[in-house]
Amino acid sequence: MRLYLKFLSIHFRSAMTYRASFFLSCLGQVLITTNVFLSVVFLMERFDSIGGYTLPQLSLCYAVILAGTSLAECFARGLDAFGRILSQAQFDRLMLRPRPLLFQVLCQDMKPAMFARVLQAAVMLMWAIGSGAVAWTPQKALVLTLMILCGAGVFFGVFLINACVTFFTLEHIEALNIFMDGPREYGKYPFGIYGKPVLLILTFLVPLALVQHWPLQFLFGRGPGWYGLLPLAALLFLIPCGLLWRVGVRHYRSTGS
Amino acid sequence: MIEMKGISKTYRVRRREAGLGNAFKSLFSRDYTEIPALRDMTFTVPDGQILGYIGPNGAGKSTTIKILSGILRPDSGVCRVDGLVPWENRKEHVARLGVVFGQRSQLWWDVPVRESFDLLRDIYRVPEPTYRENLDRLTALLELGDLLKTPARMLSLGQRMRCEIAAALLHGPKVLFLDEPTIGLDAVSKLKVREFILEQNRLCGTTVLLTTHDMQDIDALCSRVLLIGKGQLLLDGDTAQIRAMAGEDLSTEEAVADLYRRFGI
Amino acid sequence: MRQYWSFFKMRLMAGLQYRSAALAGMSTQFVWGGMEILLYRAFWLEHPERFPMGMEALSSYIWLQQAFLTLFALWNWEHDILESVKTGAVSYELLRPTDIYSMWMARSVANRLARAALRMVPVLVVSSLLPSPWGLRLPASPAAFGVFLLSAVLMVLVVCAYSLLVYALTFYLTDPNGLMVLSVACADLLGGAIVPLPFLPDGLRQFAQLTPFGSMQNVPLRLFTEDIPLSQAPAVMGLQVFWIVTLITAGYLLTQKGLRRAVILGG
Repeated sequence: MRLYLKFLSIHFRSAMTYRASFFLSCLGQVLITTNVFLSVVFLMERFDSIGGYTLPQLSLCYAVILAGTSLAECFARGLDAFGRILSQAQFDRLMLRPRPLLFQVLCQDMKPAMFARVLQAAVMLMWAIGSGAVAWTPQKALVLTLMILCGAGVFFGVFLINACVTFFTLEHIEALNIFMDGPREYGKYPFGIYGKPVLLILTFLVPLALVQHWPLQFLFGRGPGWYGLLPLAALLFLIPCGLLWRVGVRHYRSTGS
Repeated sequence: MIEMKGISKTYRVRRREAGLGNAFKSLFSRDYTEIPALRDMTFTVPDGQILGYIGPNGAGKSTTIKILSGILRPDSGVCRVDGLVPWENRKEHVARLGVVFGQRSQLWWDVPVRESFDLLRDIYRVPEPTYRENLDRLTALLELGDLLKTPARMLSLGQRMRCEIAAALLHGPKVLFLDEPTIGLDAVSKLKVREFILEQNRLCGTTVLLTTHDMQDIDALCSRVLLIGKGQLLLDGDTAQIRAMAGEDLSTEEAVADLYRRFGI
Repeated sequence: MRQYWSFFKMRLMAGLQYRSAALAGMSTQFVWGGMEILLYRAFWLEHPERFPMGMEALSSYIWLQQAFLTLFALWNWEHDILESVKTGAVSYELLRPTDIYSMWMARSVANRLARAALRMVPVLVVSSLLPSPWGLRLPASPAAFGVFLLSAVLMVLVVCAYSLLVYALTFYLTDPNGLMVLSVACADLLGGAIVPLPFLPDGLRQFAQLTPFGSMQNVPLRLFTEDIPLSQAPAVMGLQVFWIVTLITAGYLLTQKGLRRAVILGG
């Protein structure tokens, strides 16, 4: 952990050597997601509500997804850029160091500019809380925390799968963006809005609905309390992801490509 | 001690013709071409030896290095470095190993070299007194001095290579792999690097395995040379033997070129 | 003129070679389009009376947007050009007997066409097979289709002229990234990428239509879906022409001045 923090500080300082581009890239990241949220604002201006959700509730919904993706993108950047790590033979170098490989990949690259989005998510969350999107209780606060952390966990799993596929294909597969960029874009509404098939896929296949749609039902007083514990179940997704990683490393060991 | 016994490795390369139709076809049926990289490679390196490992491009040099450093698992054969199987005991093995790739850097680009070193100390869990001692010694021998405060991206190639070598030795490895450490260096830097390798070997008894295309490196450093070609060991001896085999009084460079031709590699 | 044409052809051929990238891109475009439509479907089922355009028109709008994404997306910058201006290597271009601004224009248009040509066909084919009102439908009148094609040509020119203005401004800026980031954000918001312009609140909508961003994808896509009636076509296309002339004039003058500066500074 201490080592991880050291790496974090190195990446921060590297980013700071090019201060102007660091702030511009922060600005760029925030503008993109602000636009996504503005689309919600404009549609709510016209339609007032959708599926019974109000604008503050949707703000809360998007803040959760935004915080989750940004945390994952900041800390699992090494997995996102894994094609580069492989093609520049950095992975060979990591294998020459006496530490777990996945840990080292995570240390290899981080994206501090993503913190700008975490900040943005915090602002949206505070606004939502202030506008009375939810009748707050300690349990609900806990569920919200779980949603963000487990959300980051599920996104981490998605990034991990992306990296594992890269072991075999050696190049980034654009189709995987569906699960990497897609949720950040479409997580602005609870996934139930998109209809049953989408909700089923995101519940059982890539369990993003377990950190967003279902626990939101509990927060908004539309579902039973156990929905609030579903974010923990979403973490089961990490088991197959972890196994796939092992398969990938084995494959790399035997082909060396 | 490094032992390799009957190591073989074959790469399976997927063959794919250009074109959309073929890309589609390859989804269903795949053609593989088998490329043998190493065939029945056997040799032993005693502790404290400086071994030159030479051969033309594609002979299997880097495959050997990768197997010995645990990156690659061979198809068959036995390999032990100080009693450990590299690809099975990766972490224990690499903790005692230093590797320098002449063409790649292990320093972090934007931070001062000294910080990269501190980070390596933490990665390898080197105790502080040992680290200080090693760092002081390496700084003196490699004349690092002010370089430590410079970000790696601002170093010249020669300066960077000296820092790379220091980085590989901070944890006091017993075995050092050098993959073309003098490539692209100017004459002064080359001499410095060679001098240092000899010094390190003499003082610490570090076993060194050196791959290079620069025969002057071999002349200056190696007490023993392995010549490989097409994945097989062709010759095991010293530079004098190579010259003797080639006959006449050729330089090592010419003698090796002559041997490549004679073995048809 | 002939040299521009051959340059154009070269670019087109080069772009056509990235087949696997194009194939992969298409799969994501189906999903993006599908998700957009599912989203608006929810709004449409709940509040059909507050919909500013028909669902069928909206579906066509979304599918066309996906199909032509690389044609009008402002983030499709020519990084080679930016790089050559930033490093000053651009002054070597003066050695060639061509006008640099027209060269950039030919290159931008060619690259956009090449990228779009590959991606659009499958999206157009599949989406037109979807049941009504979720699929792509041709406009009722051939006239509407005609003005669509014409305004699409104008759109490409607006987008390219805007990009070229950014490249020209790079002569005077230390870091063009800020300008690029802002441009993309404005184009997303005011150009109808994040929501089609009819869905924007009053005031903002009228403002957006007058900006150069409103003369990009907004015009041809809405002419195609007949959301903008044929009678208004001359007005909106006139505005497109106005922006083309303005942006090209500004970009051309700034490029000439910037080039002189670069030569004096010694590149």
